[in-house]
Amino acid sequence: MTSTTGCTAASTVAAVRAAAEAITEHKVELTTLDRQIGDGDHGENLARGFAAVLSKLDTEQPATPGAVLKLVATTLISTVGGASGPLFGTAFLRAATTAGDEPELDGPMVAAVLAAARDGVVSRGKAEPQDKTMVDALIPAVAAAEKAATEGADPAQVLHAAAQAADQGAADTTDLQARKGRASYLGERSVGHVDPGARSTAYLLAAMAGAVETEHSR
Amino acid sequence: MKKIINDPADVVAEALAGFGAAHADLVRVQQDPALIVRVDAPVAGKVAVISGGGSGHEPLHGGYVGAGMLDAAVPGPVFTSPTADQVLAATKAVAADAGVLYLVKNYTGDVLNFETAAELAAADGIEVSTVVIDDDVAVTDSTYTAGRRGVGGTVLLEKIVGAAAARGDNLEAVTALAQRVVSQVRSMGVALSPSTVPHSGEPSFTLGDNEIELGIGIHGEPGRKRVPLMPADQIVETLLTAVVEDLPFTASDQTLLFVNGMGGTPELELYLAYNSARRWLAGKNIEVARSLVGSYITSLEMQGMSITLLRLDDEMTQLWDAPVHTAALRWGV
Ligand SMILES: Nc1ncnc2c1ncn2[C@@H]1O[C@H](COP(=O)(O)OP(=O)(O)OP(=O)(O)O)[C@@H](O)[C@H]1O
Ligand SMILES: [Mg+2]
Repeated sequence: MTSTTGCTAASTVAAVRAAAEAITEHKVELTTLDRQIGDGDHGENLARGFAAVLSKLDTEQPATPGAVLKLVATTLISTVGGASGPLFGTAFLRAATTAGDEPELDGPMVAAVLAAARDGVVSRGKAEPQDKTMVDALIPAVAAAEKAATEGADPAQVLHAAAQAADQGAADTTDLQARKGRASYLGERSVGHVDPGARSTAYLLAAMAGAVETEHSR
Repeated sequence: MKKIINDPADVVAEALAGFGAAHADLVRVQQDPALIVRVDAPVAGKVAVISGGGSGHEPLHGGYVGAGMLDAAVPGPVFTSPTADQVLAATKAVAADAGVLYLVKNYTGDVLNFETAAELAAADGIEVSTVVIDDDVAVTDSTYTAGRRGVGGTVLLEKIVGAAAARGDNLEAVTALAQRVVSQVRSMGVALSPSTVPHSGEPSFTLGDNEIELGIGIHGEPGRKRVPLMPADQIVETLLTAVVEDLPFTASDQTLLFVNGMGGTPELELYLAYNSARRWLAGKNIEVARSLVGSYITSLEMQGMSITLLRLDDEMTQLWDAPVHTAALRWGV
């Protein structure tokens, strides 16, 4: 690692670009998961949104991490639709508000930004833990991020901790019965499948963690 | 997958363009964001009624835009709710000075996006009220689910509420009426075959040759129960029993009976089912005062049907009979 380990606007842009790539890469898988317990559009929805984010980033250069996150938020809200559009949109919007005008985010700030994102999703979607939604990836992710930050981790390490916990959280949704979103209509038949929104959340965090690490070790 | 399409990505936009061209006397179609609005909107002094949701349910909702029904429809991608931005744009396009009513089918995506749009509209000084319809009795346990889905009852709701807005009722009155309709309408559907979303190319579920899915939603979400194919009388009895017991409807109720095709069912079968439903209801002394038979809220090419029953009062009956002039429903004009 170099001297700068804070998360800058440039590293946030890199993280968002990596997130978009991850969605493209896993689009079919996410749609397949959603076909099993939803309506088979989750991968499409996110791919449409992140493609729009990429084309905005080609023309706009937001000056702070908060401004990058806000651009992602407004673009997702206006292009994704579905349940995940307003949910991820609100997540990025609350993250942006917490990041504020800071030019650079340190480890604890990154953890705080993630916590705000989780709170945004919960306040919009009203899902409880274990309802088999993206919240079941976000809750352990934020807990792990906060723990890492208290132990002095830098932003990349905080994100890695979050991504790892989210991955486990997503896997753990398999045994749950859905109580929110379309999957809930299936009742017991929703058991035995991974929740698509929890899976995509884990992919987004993993991609962002990797990008921020690469960016900072350059 | 065999479909009459070009690029799957352009399906909604091309269909919308065609719809706008075919019905230029009734509607204006806009792309980016996609909207269908009444040709004469905004109508001064009238509450504007807006509905919307994923595409693939045609003629819902665009086919119901016009005099006596909706002021605007907001179409999302196939089976995906529209964005809040889109709903806001529709709101601004049709809001006059009497406020706006959103009629929203109860799906998480639709509810969240309309809710976000209502907040944004309020910030712009537009008064919005929202009524969510959840008439699908197939979803039994509302506490542990996202709640019941909005299905066939939506068509009846849009017609009756649109007529009230057209005669000049204020926002408070049309909102109360919409809530009353929602409280008196119940539906349940059955699928004989799945539908295939164009961009996915895969059927939404699979059914054996001799199987049907009871309690199907309008997005190809699997339903309540999978059972062997039965004669029409038994299918109708199963659906109507669930519908009638739920409200419950009782002897001497005046009702509107709506037998709806899911997109791939011939009218021959729908009228056969309607006939069966009439006989079954007569056996319970439930009176059918008004009827609607046809494919009015569909699920692409899905084979199947839904049965909706609405308990009418005099006002609802009058508003149902009131003139309507839209692409998909037209009488009295
Ligand atoms: N109330 C909720 N709170 C949190 N997350 C939710 C909620 N409802 C659904 N989700 C998440 O959204 C994901 C589905 O997103 P998707 O993009 O497929 O939208 P959708 O539900 O299909 O929307 P639409 O119904 O409009 O098509 C689920 O896997 C789940 O993680
Ligand atoms: Mg979905």
